[in-house]
Order: sequence, then C-alpha cells, then structure tokens
Amino acid sequence: MPDTHIAPSATAPSATECLLRLHDEHYDLEDYQSGVPRWCTGCGDNAILTAVQRLCRDEELPPEKTVFISGIGCSSRFPHYMKTYGLHGIHGRALPIAEGVKMARPDLNVFVNTGDGDCCSIGAAHWIHAIRYNMNLTVMLHDNQIYGLTKMQASPTSPIGLKSNTTPRGSYLEALNPLTVTLGVQNVSFVAQAVDWIPDVLYDVISAAFHHKGTGFVRILQRCPEWLPKMFEPYVQDPSRIKLLHHARGLTLSPGTAKIYRTQEEHDPRNLDRAREIASGRDPIPVGILYHNPDVPCYEEVRHAGALRSPELIRNGLEAEFDKFTIWPAGAGPDAHGAAAG
Amino acid sequence: MNDVTLLTRPQAQDKTVTTLTEHIVEIVSDSGEGAQRCGQSMGAIAARTGYGVWTVEIIPAEIRPPARSVAGASGNRIRFGSRRITNGGNETDLVIAFNEQVLLGRVRAGELKPGATILLESMWREDRNKAIAASYAEVYEQVVAAGYDVHEVPMERECKTIVSDPRRGKNMFALGMLCNIYSLDMQLAADQVALTFGKKDRKVVETNIRLLEAGAAWAEQNLTFKYRIPATPATEPLIVVNGNAALALGVLASGMEVCAMYPITPATSASHYLSDVFERVGGIVHQAEDEIAACAFALGASYANKCAVTITSGPGYSLKQEGIGLAVMGEIPLVVINVQRGGPSTGQPTKVEQGDLLAAMFGSHGDAPKVVMAAGTIEDCFYSVITARKIAETFNMVVVLLTDAALASSQQPIPRPQFRETWLAPPADQSAVPTDTRPYNWDPVTGLARRIIPGQPGGMHTLTGLAHDGQSHVAYDAEINQQSISARSHKLAALQKTLLPPPVFGPASGEMLVVGWGSTRGAIEEAVEGLRNEGRTVSSMHLTFLQPMAPGIKQIMAGFKQVMTIEGNWCDSMDDPLIDDSNRRYTALAMLLRARYLVDVDCWCEVKGQPIKPALIRAAILRKLQTQ
Repeated sequence: MPDTHIAPSATAPSATECLLRLHDEHYDLEDYQSGVPRWCTGCGDNAILTAVQRLCRDEELPPEKTVFISGIGCSSRFPHYMKTYGLHGIHGRALPIAEGVKMARPDLNVFVNTGDGDCCSIGAAHWIHAIRYNMNLTVMLHDNQIYGLTKMQASPTSPIGLKSNTTPRGSYLEALNPLTVTLGVQNVSFVAQAVDWIPDVLYDVISAAFHHKGTGFVRILQRCPEWLPKMFEPYVQDPSRIKLLHHARGLTLSPGTAKIYRTQEEHDPRNLDRAREIASGRDPIPVGILYHNPDVPCYEEVRHAGALRSPELIRNGLEAEFDKFTIWPAGAGPDAHGAAAG
Repeated sequence: MNDVTLLTRPQAQDKTVTTLTEHIVEIVSDSGEGAQRCGQSMGAIAARTGYGVWTVEIIPAEIRPPARSVAGASGNRIRFGSRRITNGGNETDLVIAFNEQVLLGRVRAGELKPGATILLESMWREDRNKAIAASYAEVYEQVVAAGYDVHEVPMERECKTIVSDPRRGKNMFALGMLCNIYSLDMQLAADQVALTFGKKDRKVVETNIRLLEAGAAWAEQNLTFKYRIPATPATEPLIVVNGNAALALGVLASGMEVCAMYPITPATSASHYLSDVFERVGGIVHQAEDEIAACAFALGASYANKCAVTITSGPGYSLKQEGIGLAVMGEIPLVVINVQRGGPSTGQPTKVEQGDLLAAMFGSHGDAPKVVMAAGTIEDCFYSVITARKIAETFNMVVVLLTDAALASSQQPIPRPQFRETWLAPPADQSAVPTDTRPYNWDPVTGLARRIIPGQPGGMHTLTGLAHDGQSHVAYDAEINQQSISARSHKLAALQKTLLPPPVFGPASGEMLVVGWGSTRGAIEEAVEGLRNEGRTVSSMHLTFLQPMAPGIKQIMAGFKQVMTIEGNWCDSMDDPLIDDSNRRYTALAMLLRARYLVDVDCWCEVKGQPIKPALIRAAILRKLQTQ
C-alpha cells in the first residue's frame, strides 16, 4: 500500500476506518478483468493481458486512474479486456493519442498497446517521435511479425522470405528491427524485450517499464497460432536459444528461470553501445532490459503539464494581451495618448 | 525628438488639399525591405487617428523571392477612411513602390485604380547595370502612358543623408511621406515609430524618427497635393489585431488548455502567437510530428480533460480526417480550426479561397456529423472559438471553425472584448459516476449523452472507433449501428433547434438576396448597401453556421425574387458553351441551399486568390438583376 493511505494527518481516520479503506482499496485480478478476450487460443496476447492484470493488481492501480490506449489490430483489442479506462483508436495513432492524454492529465497511468503493423508501419513516424518526447508512458509493442486481423499479410518485422497473402513467393525485404531503431533515437530512455512464453520475465520487464519514469518501450515477441504457428517454435523448444539479460540495475533472475534459461549475459542497462549490439542479435533472442536511463527528461515535465490554472490567471493573461493591441480613447486607458510612450 | 517645426519648412508651390472620405494605399518592395512594417505602422497610425482601417498583407510565396521581380512584391495595403471599414475595398488610390518591377506586379494584378498616384523610387534610372536602368525607364514610360500619376522619389538618396544602409530606412521615409500626404499628426506617428522600434535601443528609434520626418519634409516640399480625411476618434477602447491573432486570443479566452498543431501556411501565425502567450495562462502549444499526430494529440487531451484545439489549413485538414472521424464516433469534443487557403493539393498557400466547406462538412468516411462554423469578420475569429469550444463540450461533437487567408492576415480595429468568466470551460468532471450509468446514455430525443472522463470512479469503459452500443461495447447486433448513428445525427438537429435565424442585412424582401459565408461578409455588405443607396432592393444574409443551418433560412429566401450566393470557391459559368443545367457545378453554399431548400439559388464566384472586391460583387449582382 502507498504510505499516503495511512499517513497521520489532522483529519486522520480512526484505525477501523483505515482498515476499511485498506480493504476497499485492495484490488483483485477481477477488478481489472473485463469480458472474455476474443483472441485465438494460444495467442500471445493472452499472456500479455495476464501479466498486465497482475501488474495492475500488484501495484494497486486505481482503475479509474488508469488508461489503456491502442491503435488497430489484434493487439489493439487489449483495452476492451481491461476494467480500466481505455481508448481503442485508429490505426497507428495510439501513441499521439496517449501523448495528448498524458499531457492533459499527468496524474493518469497511461499504457499503450500497439502491434508491429500499428507501431512499425502505419504509425512509424509517431513511434520515432514518441521515443523522442519521452513522456511517462508504458508502451507494449505486441510483435507477432504478421498482420493478423486482416488475415496474414507480411509486416515490417516479418522475416525475409516469409510467405504471406501479399508475399506469396516470400517477402522481399529484411525485417525491420524495432529494438535497434528505438535505441537509435535521441532521448531513448528504456528499451526491453520479452517473449510471451516466459511469463515471469514478461511480468518483470513490463513492471520495470511501468516503474521507469519516461517512455518504457517493451517489445514483446508473441506467437500467432493462426497464421504463423511455427515461427517461434524452435525457440520455445530450445531454451538455450533465449539469452536472458540480468544486472543489479536490471532484472534479477529467479533461481527457477535461471536454471531453465542458461544462456545469460550480465548487461548493465546504462551501457547504450552494448545495448545496441545485443539488440542486433537474433539468435539467441535477447530477453530483458537492454537500456535504461532514468535521467532523460519527460516532455510533460519540460512543458509543465498539469499547471494549475484559475479564471483569474486566464483573465489577467488575456487582459495583458489585449493591452498590447489596444487603442484607448482620449483620456482613457493607461496612457492618455494611447501609445506606450515609455 | 519629435520635430513639429517641419511644417514651417518650404512648401511646394500651389499645394492643393483635397478632402476625401477614404483612400487605399499600398507600400510594396522586395521582400525584406520593410514595406510590411511601414504598412503596419501606417495602419496603426490611421487607427489611432480615429479612422476605420483594414490592412491586408501583400505576401510573396517565397521567403526570399528574387530581387526586383514582378512576383516578389511584398508589402501592405491599407484602406482607411472616416467610416467603419469592413474589407479591403476595391483598387488602390496611391502606391509607394521601392522598384518598378514590384510596381509592375501590382499593375498587372489589376490592383491599381485608373489614374492612381504612384510614388516610385527613382534610383534605378541611374543604375550602373544598363539592363536595370533600361527596365526602369521602360516601365516608367509604360505606367505614365497608362495614365497613372507618377512621381519619382529619390528615396535612397534622401535616406543616405541619415543612414548608411538605406535599405534599412526607406520604409520609415515612405511612412513620413504618407503622414504628410494624408495630413496625419506627426507626434502620433513618432509615437508609433517609438512603439514599433521600442525594443531596440534609443538610437534606432531616433534614427527612424529622423527618417520619418525626412519623408514628411520631402513630400511637403516636392509634392503638390495633400489629402484630408475627417476622423472620428474612438470613444471606446479598440484592439487592432489580425484574424489569426484573434483566433489565438479566442483560444485563451475559451479556457482551452491544449493546442496541438503542425506548421502550415497561413494558419501558423496563430500558433506562433499562441506559443508565445499560452503558457502564461497554463496552456500548452504542442508542435506535433505531423498533422495526423496533432489531431490525435488534441483528441487525446480532450478525451482526458477539457476540449482541446488543433489549428491547420487545407492540406493539414485533409490529413486530420481520420482523427476527426474517431472524435465523431467516440463523441469526443474537439475544435478544429481550418484557416483556408487555395487548393486542391498544395494550391496557393498564401492566398485566400473558400474551398474547404464541403470537406469540412462531409470529410471523413462514413456518416460523420460535425458542426461547421465560419468566421465572417476578425471579431468573429475571436468569439467563434469560444462558441466552438462550448458547443463541442455541450454536444460532445467536433466543431470545425473555418476562417481563411484573408482574415488571417488582415488587421482591423475591433471593440476590446470584455472578459467574462462564463467563456471558460469548467474544470473536468471527476465525480463518481452513479452505478449502471452507460457511457453512451443517448437521450432518445436529442441523442445527447453524458460524457465520462478518465479519473471518474465507476465510469471505466473503453472508448472505441468501432461501432458500439450504449455500454461502449463493440456492436455485434444488427440494430446497434442504426441506433448509434441516429443518436449522433440527432445532436445536430438538437443544436439546430437552439439557433436563431440569421439576420438579414437590409429589408426582408426585394429583388435579390445575396447569401455568403466567411471572409466575404464585409465586401458583400458594402456592395449591397451601395446598390440599396441607388434604389435597388437588394439585401444580404451571411451564414455563421453551415452545419447545422439555422432555422428560418427558407422563409428568408422566400422574401426575394432571386437568391444568389457570392463565394470564393469554384462554380461553372453558364456563359461557358460546355455548361448547362445538367452539368453545372455550383459553389459549395449554393449547392447546399439548393439541396436543402429546393430553391433555385444561383451563384457567382472568384477564385483568384485575392479577397473579392466590393465592386466585382456589385457588378455580379447588377448583371444577375439585368438577366432576369
């Protein structure tokens, strides 16, 4: 529980009231669950949803102060399954919508769910600039390397040669690497990678992104059982093809996890050069926190979002502006000549 | 410092002083020679004198067009007179040109009145470059032969006695000539120069006042004419602003807190000004990475708090359409300001056109009802933003406010607004939502629903751009889309019921009703009034609300034998041999009026990128009256 709930004050509630409030403000998983997800059985989105609902419960995030914002695609149905506020917007634009929400309301916890088509293709311009703005958002890139909702077209992160409905003879281009791209943007402050089939690490990575003050960008490799059932199978079957990143400043691996995934690297998340090298590696798949710099300023703080305004402040500001353009009639106004003679 | 003794200096022989009711003056130069500043100062002095004033910027398309080019004219046009002035008027009476090429540009554009007075920088006659000297002589002969009253003025030579670089001083010399020609108060002029250069050091101010006085003295000694225009000093405080500054002040006054934008001509100056002042009242201007993001950012801010605004022009408006559709679907209040310019595509970025009305009304795919308003005056630019924010939040709708390049860069003194707290948005509602409140609790009659804002306990739901039911759940039921479209549509009808019939300018019946919208208001009313003074029974009606249209319009039109719109968007001419009743494209408003009211509304348009002149409107009305 945050201390504020039990901090003594002039109007401190009685011990009984405290207990009641503690009881009231304790949240269960059901407090964040809404509806039955309409994702396919085995879809990686389910694992992400579970991790996020656990995180909300563990952090006791008030549902009314929490907003999930998404674009369009399978992953972007995410907000519908959270019993918080949500905005299921338009293709590619989740990030600028979330930025507007955060700027207007820095008090809200703002999460973004976006897919590889949504973020890396139609919304790519916003992705680059969102990293640059570094607003306090938790961004989950659900990357299944395929367009799912529109029925199997190649996405920018599809591997070269992938046969899809728009690339029947195999895709033509090398895949875009969202990690190296994000790490190349000035002002990047947090980049991590997770996979849907290691739920504890997925949880830890999203949690670290949430606790980071700035844009916590998490790419989550997720399986699409409908269109690419075999894509990640070799990695799922062979734990040595996952490389876990750990560090005192990053993730601490549980003994169980460390025992299964023996390919590991102690990587300091402040080391941007090494982060970029790790990000370029495809096999084994790096999982963990690649980069974390807590000192990058957040745009909403730079811009003093949430500044207090009063009608008086607006009136005074407006009158001061009017004064600049005013012609006063003779004998009226601050200067009888009507001109700022000073 | 303010030398008034110059009035006793020698005068030109046989000076004639003519009394006028108004005049139009232009100062044109190459870009960067200060003609715009001269014109702005002249406008300010005229306003302080007590004249009605309307100034228009003459802006070349490029930042630095080639020197001495016909298309490079940069400057200002000032119409001032004894009466209130509502538009830029007809042709220019007097022009000061810093070279013959920019003058030629104005002559070719048809902007000069026959026989207009021209004060032309004469230094080019002696230019070392023979081609330049020849070109000057040729144009000089041409304009003299065309009957203009041309006076060569050695501006550069005169200024050189005061400053080493006359390029940086000619404009104040020109201002001094104007002050003398129009018998303006030199003290007032000096005060204005001090105000203009006030941020710089005293020396700069003094030098410019000397240039001002030198210009006045030269005119006094060398020109044989002078004008007097009676002035009525203001009795109430006025503010002199252009339409874009008025928009920005309106954003401040409306209590909005976020403006998201992307640079685009001619809208940007509103955001420039807002960027300078918004933070002082706790607001934020966000320059987004593109127009789409600007719209999405404003929409996000609005969803989470109070209504936000995005300001743009044609191409940017096109890019925002998808975001506007989401705001319509999710019933998120949003104000979108479109400062129209010439289109389609990149079109004419610095020029005026009224080509976006239908895009504003019907843009965004599917049935996307939104409110469309148009500002008809500079004063409207201010108040319309306040109204737009209120409508957006009351009806949870997108309100598109149309202005244009003419309003954006024209200045006029308007009564100083009296601040009212009711202009402001109330704080965002953060109270608990009663259990079982549906996020879209559509009223079966009006379609209105209470808006729930993040932070309100018990109101959690996911807003979606998918078709949805009252719970904001994705619609899988066949009936739901029908219901929700009906609810969103009804809001327009509900708003329409609150509107008053538009006022008619002139008697309620007669030969013709002229209908307009947007920046043409002043010119239309001037033309109509002139015709009425000559005994023609012509009235006009100017629409502020284009969607929904106010009640009573059909009844108003019924009082007239003919109805014709005057617009700055295209219509085919019936004189064209290819055009007949079955293929004619009407102007936007004419088409809408014909479709809605089944009235045979005719239209007349001009799309030359310039504000439509009252004389042209008058001619179009007379022609239409004669053909019937």
